Amino acid sequence: MANTVNQRVVTPEHLLFEAPRTKAFITGSEAASEAVRRANVDIAIAYPITPQSETMERIGNLFAEGYIRDYYRAEDEVGAFSAISGASRTGVRCMTASSGPGLMRGLETIASWPGHRLPLVFLIMCRVINAPLSIQPDNLELDYMLTSGNILLHGENQQDFFDYTLAGFAISEKCEVTLPVAVAVDGFFVTHARAWVEMPSAELKLPPRDCYSEAVPMIDNENPPVRIARDAPIQKSNFISYQMHAAWQQEIHAAHERSRKWVSRYINGLVEVVNPEAETLIVASGSAVSQSREALRQAEEMGKKVGLIKVKSLRPFPTAELRAACRHAKRIIVPEFNCPGWLNREVRATLYGHSEAKIADGPRVYGGITMPTELILEWLFKSE
Amino acid sequence: MSKAMFKMTTAFADVMPAEYVELVQSGPFGQGYGVADLGSFKELIEEHPLCAGCGLALAVRLIMASLPTPEDTVVVGSTGCSSLAFPQIALQNIHSLFGNQNAVASGLKRALKLRFPDKHKDVLVVAGDGATADIGLDMVMHSWSRGEKLATIMLDNEAYANTGGQESGMSPEGCVLYMAPTGKKFKKIALPEIARESGCAYVASVTPVQPRKLEKAVRRAILVAREVGPTYVQIFVPCPTNFKFKPQETLAKAKQREKDQTYPLREFITPEAQAYLAALEGGGKHD
Repeated sequence: MANTVNQRVVTPEHLLFEAPRTKAFITGSEAASEAVRRANVDIAIAYPITPQSETMERIGNLFAEGYIRDYYRAEDEVGAFSAISGASRTGVRCMTASSGPGLMRGLETIASWPGHRLPLVFLIMCRVINAPLSIQPDNLELDYMLTSGNILLHGENQQDFFDYTLAGFAISEKCEVTLPVAVAVDGFFVTHARAWVEMPSAELKLPPRDCYSEAVPMIDNENPPVRIARDAPIQKSNFISYQMHAAWQQEIHAAHERSRKWVSRYINGLVEVVNPEAETLIVASGSAVSQSREALRQAEEMGKKVGLIKVKSLRPFPTAELRAACRHAKRIIVPEFNCPGWLNREVRATLYGHSEAKIADGPRVYGGITMPTELILEWLFKSE
Repeated sequence: MSKAMFKMTTAFADVMPAEYVELVQSGPFGQGYGVADLGSFKELIEEHPLCAGCGLALAVRLIMASLPTPEDTVVVGSTGCSSLAFPQIALQNIHSLFGNQNAVASGLKRALKLRFPDKHKDVLVVAGDGATADIGLDMVMHSWSRGEKLATIMLDNEAYANTGGQESGMSPEGCVLYMAPTGKKFKKIALPEIARESGCAYVASVTPVQPRKLEKAVRRAILVAREVGPTYVQIFVPCPTNFKFKPQETLAKAKQREKDQTYPLREFITPEAQAYLAALEGGGKHD
C-alpha cells in the first residue's frame, strides 16, 4: 500500500465553489482522474474497456503516487462492480468506471447497488452496445441506467466531468441520499478530446467518508450483529416479501427525491437554461449540448432566437425545472446520440399536459456518427 | 467489535425477543466455544427454514459453532439454500447476488484492512456448489489468484437444490437431475485441485459426519486466511429433498460416499500454512 500524499481536507463547498482554480488544457480522462486525485478515494477497482481505460489507468497511477489507498485490476465488470459493493458496505470511499458493453455485463450488479444503499461513484464513458462490434460513442447504455436506481448525471464536457465526479462523492454519501452516483459523459468526444478545465489546487481534497452518519449500518463488525429477520422475506410469506420489497423500492425512490437539493447544490442546478424567453427550444444532455450551443449561435447569426435547456441530471430528472422552462415554448427538439431517443421519451412524459409545444421526435445520430449543427438547425426550423 | 457493545439497554430488556436475550446472556461471542460445546450455549442460528434432514443445515450449524471469533466475522453468502438460513444467523452477513460472493468479499476484506489495519476481521465466504463452481467460478478463482485473504466454503449438495434439483458442475457423472434428463455427461469439477493450483494455502474436503474434523478444517481455513493466504473448504452436504432419500439417511449417505471413495476427504496445506498452524496449534489453542 502506498503512502498517502499530504493534502489538506476542505469542505465539498470549498473545493467545488470557493477554492481558486487554475486552467489546464486536458482530456476528459485526465479531468476525471484529476477529480479523483482530489476526492480522498480509498479504493478504486479497474477493468479495461475502450474508451474508459485511460481514466482507470491514470487512477492506477494515482494509487502508485499515494493518492488512493488500494487499487487493483478486477477479473471482469461483474467482479469489479461487486468488489466495490463489498468495499462500500464496509465504509470506505470507492469508485470504478466502465463503458457500453462493460456496463451491460455488470448491469445486474449496478442495479443492486441502490437496493443495498451503497454510496460510491461510477464513471460512465458512453460507447455503443454491441453487436455489431464497435467502439464508437453512442449513449444507448444510459437508457438502461435510467431505471437502475442510481443517481445519474450527464456531463457535457471535460469541465463537467471534473466537477460532477467530485460532486458525485459528496451527493452519494449524504445521509438522506445514501445511493450510488453515476457520472456519464459521451466517450471520445469528451474522454479523448482536450479542452480547458479549471481546477482547484491538487493540495486540497474532500473530507473522508463519514460512514457512521449514513442511512444504513456498516458491515464492519463495529455494531452488534442481529438476525435480519425471524422469517426472511424470500421464503415463507409472500405477503411479507411483497411488502418489504415494495417499501424498499419506495424508499429508494424517496431517496432520489431527497437527493434533488444536494444534486442541485453541488452541480449548480439540475438544468442550465440559455435564452429562456425563446419560443423554439432545444432540450439536450451530454455532448449534444455542446453541439446545440453552436447551433444556437449559428441561428442567432441567421437572426433567429433559439433557447437551450441543458439537462445535467437524468436521475433525479428535472421535472419541475423543465416544465417551468418550457411553459411558453412552441417548438421543442431533442438532439441525441442514441437510436431510441430516451431523452425525447423523458421530455414528452414530463411535459405531457404541461406544455402546448410541438415536440419533434429527433434529431438523433447513433453508432458513433457526429451531430452536425446543420442537422440541429434543420430540425429546429423544419416546420417553417 | 468490542464485546461490551453486545448488550441490551436495561430499559428494553423485558421487551426483547427471548432468543435475543439468550444470545446476549449465553451466546458464543468472546467465549471461544467450539463444536464440543454445542448444547451448552445459545447458537448463532435460530429456527432455520431448511428441509428436514438437510445436510447443508447441519453443516451451517457446525460452521457457526467453529468460528474462532464470531464477534469479528463477516459472512458473504450467495443465492441458494444457504441464503435462506443466513437471515436467521446472528452474524453480519451479506447476500449480494448469485455468484459474485468472492468479488464482494475481496472488496470487503480490503476495506476492513484499510479501516482496521491492526485487527483480525475474518471474512468467510459460504456458498453452494452452483454459486462457487458454476456461475461464480471466475470470481472464486480470481480471488484465489490475487491472494485475497478470504476463507471460502462450498456447501456441496451436488445440485441446484433451491431451484428444485437441477444439475450443477458438482453433480456426480451420470446423475439424472433436472436439466440432465439422460444423466450428467461429465465429472464433478475438481475444485479442491483447482484451489490448490490457484494459490490456496489450505484446502480441505470434509463432511458433517465427523463434526470435529469439519470444525478443524473450518478453523484452519479461517486462521490461515488471516495471515497466510486464501483457503478453501468443500463440505459434502447430501440433499434428501432432491436426491429422494429419507431425511434420517443423510449422514449414512455421506458416510457411504466417503467409504466408497466417490467423495474423498482430503487436506492440503502449504509448508508456510503448516508452519503457521503448527505455531498456533502447538499451544493447544485451536483443535
